[in-house]
Formats: sequence, structure tokens, C-alpha cells
Amino acid sequence: MWQLKLYRDMVLGRKFEDQCAQMYYRGKMFGFVHLYNGQEAVSTGVIQALAEHDYVCSTYRDHVHALSKGVSPKEVMAELFGKQTGCSKGRGGSMHLFSAPHRFLGGFAFIGEGIPIALGAAFSSLYQHNLWGVPMSVTACFFGDGTSNNGQFYECLNMAVLWKLPMIFVVENNQWAIGMAHHRSTSEVEIYEKAKMFGMPALEVDGMDVLAVHEVAKEAVERARSAKGPTLIEALTYRFRGHSLADPDELRAKQQKAIWMARDPITQLSSWLIEQELVTQEQLDKIHREIDIIISDAVQFALSSEEAKDLYQYVYAS
Amino acid sequence: MLHKLFMYEALREAIDEEMARDKRVFVLGEDVGHYGGSYKVTKQLHTKYGDLRVLDTPIAENSFTGMAIGAAMTGLKPVVEGMNLSFLLLAFNQISNNAGMLHYTSGGNWSIPLVIRGPGGIGKQLSAEHSQRIEAYFQAVPGLKIVACSTPYNAKGLLKAAIRDNNPVLFLEHVLLYNLKQEIPKQEYVLPLDKAQVVREGSDVTIITYSRMLHHVMQAVKQLVAQGMNPEVIDLISLKPIDLETLVTSVSKTHKAIIVEECMQTGGIAAEVMAQIYSHAFDELDAPIRRLSSKDVPTPYNGYLEQACLVQPTQIVEAVKTLMST
Ligand SMILES: Cc1ncc(C[n+]2csc(CCOP(=O)(O)OP(=O)(O)O)c2C)c(N)n1
Ligand SMILES: [Mg+2]
Repeated sequence: MWQLKLYRDMVLGRKFEDQCAQMYYRGKMFGFVHLYNGQEAVSTGVIQALAEHDYVCSTYRDHVHALSKGVSPKEVMAELFGKQTGCSKGRGGSMHLFSAPHRFLGGFAFIGEGIPIALGAAFSSLYQHNLWGVPMSVTACFFGDGTSNNGQFYECLNMAVLWKLPMIFVVENNQWAIGMAHHRSTSEVEIYEKAKMFGMPALEVDGMDVLAVHEVAKEAVERARSAKGPTLIEALTYRFRGHSLADPDELRAKQQKAIWMARDPITQLSSWLIEQELVTQEQLDKIHREIDIIISDAVQFALSSEEAKDLYQYVYAS
Repeated sequence: MLHKLFMYEALREAIDEEMARDKRVFVLGEDVGHYGGSYKVTKQLHTKYGDLRVLDTPIAENSFTGMAIGAAMTGLKPVVEGMNLSFLLLAFNQISNNAGMLHYTSGGNWSIPLVIRGPGGIGKQLSAEHSQRIEAYFQAVPGLKIVACSTPYNAKGLLKAAIRDNNPVLFLEHVLLYNLKQEIPKQEYVLPLDKAQVVREGSDVTIITYSRMLHHVMQAVKQLVAQGMNPEVIDLISLKPIDLETLVTSVSKTHKAIIVEECMQTGGIAAEVMAQIYSHAFDELDAPIRRLSSKDVPTPYNGYLEQACLVQPTQIVEAVKTLMST
């Protein structure tokens, strides 16, 4: 059942991130670690609408996007531990997850820099489709509300529409850019309205409702795949934790957090599935148990893997 | 079989041949298509290869450079033209973080077979902003290759090699060398990207240079030879990584070295070359290494001041003579 697949993907993302917090506090992972709790419906809703040969481009908040695209929890966890078995061979860390086999473009730590990269992947797909008939791949590019104030966003909206690139801009509007409230940073708070000015189909969706996100994502994928051009999806969402694990999260009001936490995308979907009598609680519990095992296997794998080695490998490609 | 070409024509031949040979190769940048490139390097290529393979981009350096990187990661071989390489300061982030470092950061997941080329160096009274020597700014970025051509012959062979390389290559063409003419082979040839070239063999002193300053050096060498000296001249070609082996071999023979560059002295290419020779061949040296660089000032517009900023052939002659007498 496809709804159950969405559910499973969200639970994987949530439990993975909870485990990361534990491991960070236990000194197993270091640096800036940005968790995704609360935003799972966006990653799952969009990425589960993609095919294997499609591309995903992410930011520094990238663990769950990588998992949704199929990168194994073991490889992601090992990367966070800095191990040679990590998806980036321990050279990247939390903000630089990559997996070419999964067409996961990355893990880009600077604001906005992934957007042109995604644009390039979309251009590459169009080029290869037009020149030698390769089936069209779609590129989904994720970034935040704060990032939508950066010039690369506008430059790429322009080029994506200009060349009708097979791309989906996914703005995860969680209303905060570290400590900068969205409405204090931007002249027009409706980000999707800005895309419309470029002639791009753009819409807003409830980012806490995975079914709604999935629905609009499927349409955007279809548009892109059939060479009709890009779409922007602005998903209204919220992060349940601080900006990163180093952030004490003292600025955001308790009431605001409470309102959003009450709309947890995972509990919303589970209630709906049970109300609709599509699943039993037992089925859902079973998923949780399975994922607990996957996560503890990932931690075991990361713990027992060897440290990254060979300082000079990968400076130049052969 | 030879034919006589301007450097810009030799560069165009290189791109044309590589585009014909490999459908993954495409050109992008400001005015590269219909207009033919601001120095005519891509003239008429769009009529042969179409608008998709000779892509005119909006004026958005950071984003179209990033786009080229994304395309390189996913199966294409982009050749970005910087209308003037100075403008690529706006793409510094993409060139350093994503072109230079991504192969490493991704643990080898992605390769970036990308060429970024265009006119660089100090032109004729273009003033400060259009006269940057970006090789100095970019030399610290790991994972980048930086190559400077100096003649129509090496321009063609090196650009072809750069396009075939699986790494990001920053390819410097000097704005004042585009109209240099030379007989070059009609048959295809490719030159190694990572080898310095001994342009003139000699025994007294090693003069190390690159790009347009090679021509200033050769003017000076004429005078030095007339005065009975026998300098060895090395064109660095690869500014990153530096071909240390060729430099050390030469210095071990001449025991004296002078570096002539167009970079500003502070943090220039010569600074790095000097440091490398000192750390690897100190015992071979009979005298301290001399370097002649541009002055540490924003390039002035006024013609006299501009010339005063640059190293002149007479200064090279004087510096070599002083070095020889130590
Ligand atoms: C170029 C750049 N400037 C600043 C930062 C520091 N920084 C990291 S995340 C962030 C806020 C981004 O907010 P948003 O785009 O809304 O994404 P979110 O963190 O909410 O997912 C900032 C300023 C950065 N990583 N890159
Ligand atoms: Mg945000």
C-alpha cells in the first residue's frame, strides 16, 4: 500500500534523526548537525514521487533527503561518524552527504549553492533527452525559506523557466533561518508568488500533510518529465528541534512550537490511516519495530567501521 | 601540414574538434552563441552545433558556473567561457567549493570534468576590475587545475587536453595574446596539461614565467644572448599543480632562478614557485631567487601608470644581469 510506504519513510527519517541526536551528545558525531524532525512529510512526499533515475539536491539539512532517495541508513550513519564506509568516505560529514549511485547530488553546506547544481543536473537531463533520446530525468531541489532571499534562487528561477528545465524547486518554509524569522527577512512572505513572477507554475502546500505534498509533487514530476518545465512547491512546515544540535533554540515561542508539534506529520498520517481502516495499529507498530532494528544496525555498522583513511585520495579524479 | 592561425582561431579549432568528437562537450557563457564570444573564440559554433550545445546564458556568473558543475556531475563536459575571467569572482564560491572540492568532499562520488576558460591578465588600459589575475586568487583551492597558454600552438593542444581531463580546469588565455599568429599543425595534437615547457635551453640562469610574460622574457633573452649570456627559459603551463620536477632539473643545472609574472607580488604564482624551489632545491641555488611581479596596486587606467605597474623587458634584462653577477 503506497500510503504505508510514505509512512514507513517518514518514520525512518524521524527515528534516524532522533538517533543522531543521541549519538551527537555521546560524542560519536561532530561538527554542525542539522536535524530534520517535523519536516518529514516534505522529503517523503516529494522524493517518493520520483523515479530511481531522478536526481535530488539537498542542503546541509540532508540526512532525511538522502534516506528518502534510498541511500542506506548504514552508509549515512557511517558518514556521520566519519568512517571510511560512509557514503562520502568520511570526507564530507553531516552537511556533505553524496551518493552518485542514488543520484543524490548532495549535501551542499552553503546557502543556495545547490540550486545551480540542481539546475545543471536538470539541464543535463534535457540535453541527453534531446540529443540522444535518454528518458527524461527530473531533478528535485530542496532549500529553505531563508535561502529564497539569495540571488542564486532568482537566477535559477529565471534560467529554469527560460529553458523549460525538468526541475522542481521545493521550498521548505519552516519560517526560520536560524534565528531570523521569515517575515523579518523578506519583502514578500509568499515565496511561491515570487516564482510566479518568473512565469513558473508555483503553489503552496501544507507541508505537514504528506498526502497533500505527495499529490502536488506527482503533478510537478509529471510536468517536468513531459518537458513542460519546472514547478515551485512551497511547503509550509516547521522544524521541531533547534537549527542545529548546537542551537539552544531559545528564540522561538513555546506556543508556536506547540501549535506545530500538534500537527506532527507522522501522527497525522497514522491517525488518518487508522480512521480510514486502511491499517491496524499492529501494522504500524510492526513498522516501528522494523525501523528500530534498521537504526540500531546502522549504528553498529558505523561503530565497527574503520576511520576514514588516506588523506590525499580524491583530491583529483583520475 | 601547417596553417597559420591567430590564437583565438586555434582555441576555436580546439573547441570545434572536441565538440565534433564528443557529444557530451558543450559551451556556455555570456554571448558565446549568436554573438560568437567577446573575443570570437566561439564564433559560428552555434550554427554548427545549435543553441543547446552553444548556450547563451543570462548574466549570472555564479549560477551558470554552478549549473555547469551540475551538468559535469551528471554526464556532460561543459566548457564555460568567462566573458572576462575577472567576472568569475562572482562565481568564486561555485569554483572553489563545488568545482574544486566536491570530488574530495564526496569521497569520489562525483567527478567534475569542467573547463572554465576566457580572457585574463592585464589588457590595454582596461583598469582595475577588468585586469585581475584570478590565477593568484584561485591557486589555493584544492582539486582545481590551473593552466595558462602562451602561444597559438600550445593554446590548441592544451585546451583539447583540458576538455578531455576529468577534473575542473581553469584555463587562462591572455587578453593580449588572442591576435598572436603562428604556424600550427593541421593534424590533430594534444599536449600534456601538467608539464612545464623548456622554451629555450640554456645553462646560466633559469627564467620561469607563463602566459604573456613569456613574450616579455623572450624579448629580454634576445638582448641577454647578444651580451653573451645563455639563459634557460621555462613556461610553467600548469600553475596548479606546479611541475616541480622540470623546475628542479633546470635549477640543478643553472643554480640560479628568476621568476617573471604578471600577478601582483603579494600571494602571486611566483610566491608559490619560489617557496617550492626553496623547499625542494635549496642546496642547488648559488643565489637567492629573484622575482619580478606586477606592483601591489589596483591596475591603473592611465597608460604610463599601467606600464609602470607591469614588468618590462628591460627590467628583466637588468635583473638577470644583477643575478648573474652575484
Ligand atoms: C552562504 C551561507 N551563508 C550563511 C550560512 C549559515 N547558515 C546556515 S543555515 C542558515 C539559515 C538558512 O535558513 P533556511 O534557508 O530557511 O533553511 P533551514 O535551516 O530553515 O532549513 C544560515 C544563515 C551558510 N551556510 N551559507
Ligand atoms: Mg528555514
